Amino acid sequence: MFKLEEIKDVNLEDFQSDVEDHDYIEDLSRIESHDARKFINVGVDTAETGRAGTFIQKDKSVVHCRSCQAGVEMMSITKAEQKYDWLKDYSWKSVSPNTDKFTSQAKNKTHNGYFIRVLPGVKVDQPLQSCLYIAKDRFSQNIHNIVIAEEGSELHIINGCATSPHIASGLHVGVSEFYIKKGAKLTFTMIHDWGENVYVRPRTVTHVEEGGVLISNYISLKPVGSLQMFPTTYLDGEGAVARFNSILVASKGSYLDVGSRIILNAPGTRAEIISRGITYGGTIIARGDLVGKVAGIKAHLECKGLILNNGLMKAIPELSGFVPGVEMSHEAAVGKIDQREIEYLMARGLDEEEAISTIVRGFLNVNIEGLPPGLQEKLDKTISETQKDMM
Amino acid sequence: MEIRNGETHILFGPNGSGKTSLMMTIMGFSGYKITHGKITFKGEDITYKPLNERARMGVGVLIQRPPTIRGLKTRTMVNICARNRELNVDELAEQLRCTEFLDRDINHHFSGGEIKRSELMQLTAQQPDLVLLDEPESGVDLENIALVGDAINTLLHRGTKFPKGKRHRDMGLNGQKSALVITHTGHILDYITTDKGQVLYDGVMCCSKNAGEILRWIREYGYQECIRCSN
Repeated sequence: MFKLEEIKDVNLEDFQSDVEDHDYIEDLSRIESHDARKFINVGVDTAETGRAGTFIQKDKSVVHCRSCQAGVEMMSITKAEQKYDWLKDYSWKSVSPNTDKFTSQAKNKTHNGYFIRVLPGVKVDQPLQSCLYIAKDRFSQNIHNIVIAEEGSELHIINGCATSPHIASGLHVGVSEFYIKKGAKLTFTMIHDWGENVYVRPRTVTHVEEGGVLISNYISLKPVGSLQMFPTTYLDGEGAVARFNSILVASKGSYLDVGSRIILNAPGTRAEIISRGITYGGTIIARGDLVGKVAGIKAHLECKGLILNNGLMKAIPELSGFVPGVEMSHEAAVGKIDQREIEYLMARGLDEEEAISTIVRGFLNVNIEGLPPGLQEKLDKTISETQKDMM
Repeated sequence: MEIRNGETHILFGPNGSGKTSLMMTIMGFSGYKITHGKITFKGEDITYKPLNERARMGVGVLIQRPPTIRGLKTRTMVNICARNRELNVDELAEQLRCTEFLDRDINHHFSGGEIKRSELMQLTAQQPDLVLLDEPESGVDLENIALVGDAINTLLHRGTKFPKGKRHRDMGLNGQKSALVITHTGHILDYITTDKGQVLYDGVMCCSKNAGEILRWIREYGYQECIRCSN
């Protein structure tokens, strides 16, 4: 039987916050091939095909930043702070530096991060891509990001995080503050590809105003030392919507403690959390917390986990309703693949192994809105490859 | 029980008599143990053959309550059934009124009728030589029952819907298929061509006659008469 252990504490002293700078790269085709491969794996296309802009940060240096669409501002947070005095009204307003030791490190030893703002009414057809990359061994990458979707704007950000194949260990601390104004829509797709001894502590808070929409997709299919995140979203304006989809795969030795909290503060707000986890030797703690503060809200949480061979999956769905007139539900299931499903497929001619892999592929096939076709194919391929390790 | 090449047999029997168990055992599902007897298909003993090998040999089943497989689109399932056979899935779906749920997860929130149509679409793609149908008409409304009947006939190469220019006597020349059909109400008999009926009672085959005639007797006297008859 697999033992449930507490997540191992990260000792900040084990990681260095100071490293050498990397040169700015104007032409992305000049990026080293092993880095480029890693970028592609997390959805960041170095050819920039079908992307409205690109931001790449390697260790502490912004090595590329380019937006090719009018009405979209993309720059390092350092630059943005110099440029916009008003940014202080957003910066560290949603996430307090005192939240924990990671936020405080991100505040005191910030290594940049991105600032992305879409001007009012601007609808960006193609996704923007950002990549946060750790290349230096034992480096603690402390990031602070701010995204502002102004009134009536629309934007999709593909955010890939990865580490160089050459590092033994690393720490990624990412504080993100997202502001979705009235009637705006932000789709945020985060794809992670860390290493076996990489520790990851994102801290994200989003505020959504009236009629605003947040769609957040999180995909982690590759091994990671430990990952712990619990982003919080406040639906502050009437009719605001938040949807979270996550796809988690925990291989041997990986520890994923992942969930999200959505606070429904206004009438007519809706929230949905869908999570799918597969563990084969690792630990997944899948959390979800829906908080209904006013009448006329709707919220649903669906959490499903498969344990293949060995591993641990703990689903913690929470619902809190503070007034009458809230409509909240959850559905959680942890187990093995249903034999009836396997045999159903076998009756159609598949052998047992093909049947299982078809079911697993389906299980992980959460409908992720707005993914560029190339990226969808890439993810399907990664899922197929991961499956080989699972079996 | 023997089902000859090209024959369609109807299996009657009261609830709990073992009709579905028999069918699941022929297909090879787990949870059924053969204590004696054997199953022969195309001259080969398949009693202990795995489920998927039976499927590959040409046994196909319409399951009454098939499981939902999340993330697996009905379209993909049909392609799985077709294996390497060429197939226009959209056209087939159109014929069987399955277009609407072709891109939905297989069996997810399907109505009773949708399940039957989807299962028949899969079987049509799969083209088995022995078709096992467990209550193909249950949950199907009157409007769709003729469609289901036609689909079964076409699948078994016995329908009246055949390509233009062909004559009635040409039907089945390319090899007929055999079928075993479970029915409770007998409604499906109004729509499909049958050869023989059998009654299963308490795990024992107790009658083998014309299907329509058996149905009339059951309607008239209930299974009591079958019991009396078999004793």
